[in-house]
Amino acid sequence: MADLSNVLEIATATHSGMVRSHNEDSIAADAAVGLAVLADGMGGYNAGEVASGIAVAMIGAELKKALAAITGELDVATGVKLVGEHAVRANNAIFQASQSQPQYAGMGTTLVVALWHDDHMIVGHIGDSRLYRMRGSKLEQVTRDHSLLQEQIDSGLITKEQARHSQNKNLVTRAVGIDPEVDAEVHSYPVQPGDIYLLCSDGLNDMVTDEDMELTLSSLQANLPLAAEQLVQQANDNGGRDNVSVILVRVLKNFPARSGLVDRMKSWFR
Amino acid sequence: MAKLILSLEGSVIREVPLDKERIMIGRKPSNEIQIENLAVSGEHACIVTILNDSFLEDMGSTNGTLVNGNPIKKHILQNNDVIEIGKYKLKYIAEAPAHAPAEDFEKTMILRPAKAAPKPATEPAPAAKPSMAPAAPAAAKPAQPASAPAAVAATVAAATTGKPGEPHMLAAVQILTGPSAGRELDLVKNLTTLGKPGLQVAVITRRPQGYFITHVEGAKFPIINGKMIDAQAQPLHDHDVIELAGVKMEFFIKK
Repeated sequence: MADLSNVLEIATATHSGMVRSHNEDSIAADAAVGLAVLADGMGGYNAGEVASGIAVAMIGAELKKALAAITGELDVATGVKLVGEHAVRANNAIFQASQSQPQYAGMGTTLVVALWHDDHMIVGHIGDSRLYRMRGSKLEQVTRDHSLLQEQIDSGLITKEQARHSQNKNLVTRAVGIDPEVDAEVHSYPVQPGDIYLLCSDGLNDMVTDEDMELTLSSLQANLPLAAEQLVQQANDNGGRDNVSVILVRVLKNFPARSGLVDRMKSWFR
Repeated sequence: MAKLILSLEGSVIREVPLDKERIMIGRKPSNEIQIENLAVSGEHACIVTILNDSFLEDMGSTNGTLVNGNPIKKHILQNNDVIEIGKYKLKYIAEAPAHAPAEDFEKTMILRPAKAAPKPATEPAPAAKPSMAPAAPAAAKPAQPASAPAAVAATVAAATTGKPGEPHMLAAVQILTGPSAGRELDLVKNLTTLGKPGLQVAVITRRPQGYFITHVEGAKFPIINGKMIDAQAQPLHDHDVIELAGVKMEFFIKK
């Protein structure tokens, strides 16, 4: 696997918010591997952070291991499969823990994983944690929430405007660790140098409008750590009713996977 | 808990709490709200309630269902909506549970589709979303037991309050030196960047507590009243003089 530490610039921030006593979000990011994971846990007492912690730790460690074990080149399709498989593994681990230990009963977590490889980004997600892409000065939401609200919007039952004021913002229809089985939604997208990716928990997007996120990212893109802090601060200034976590990833240059022998020969003669 | 007030020609007949996930309205005795009137179909309409939201759906009735005078097939009930079925009126009163424990506000919760039962073979496998009941209440699948729509493993969500965090004051910066001296810039946005990209940039943030300045990029940090700030955000006071990328400007509060 290629080392992407010169390709990706990563900044993270997480905060328990203004209301909660503890932070049930977990995040991890590794520029060298090209991996970012964010999970927003739920469940009584400390079970939420246990669930999100298991998800992030397992996917962080095991996906890294799986990638390192791959000899030769990883194609994007295999990457998509790997991300899906590791989401399922995390699901199994959390589900088993919640079955075997009563204090963890019913715990679960949302998940968003992004893996950068070969000029592509593979994104897997479950629940309502999001990934956005900032290209040029435009911020776009890449993932689509697995939430009651999103389904209401999709079915035409309510408009996006009504959704802003809905009381059911926080109901997810898919989560990791709740049921014995789970499907991660995994897609791959081509990446361009200059792109900034934002992974966040709903504590950000519920409190800060997309327009404000766009403004913050476009005006502070020169200083990624400050942009991450600023997003969290805005969520808190607006009430900070939930834990808020942010991972920002900037793509500095192209990162094609090392080409095979034939391609190398071709480039030799070019 | 939300409720319906059933009335006929202005006189209240009874109140019906929406305490079940699914409440049927119609002429047959099997309905939770039975209205014995020939203008009402056997199974006329139903109301599915998920937490604080109630969804009204016409079950293909002969004479239709009106909400606030307009015929509907599906409708999300809002407080004080008036449902008309024949000559009968049902007023929807949403009562937000004020006693909800504060810590449950905004908590992310899982809404589980009716038993994560083995998926029907007809469903395209992995990409298929779990079929969610309230989006399309069981109308399409009358075979489902009435209690099926969704097992809600959750309590309540509080309404989002009005927009907090709006600072009441408005401030501006006036450029004191350089080619654009005299220019004034109102700080109305949450973030305003100042300086020259690539050389030196700072941001002024507008927060509930007031205005703050933070260094964004460049080797040199902004100078406030002759003193260079560090990487931390610095509160701004009326008539502070900011020096940035060789330009002096004054911060002042307008109101």
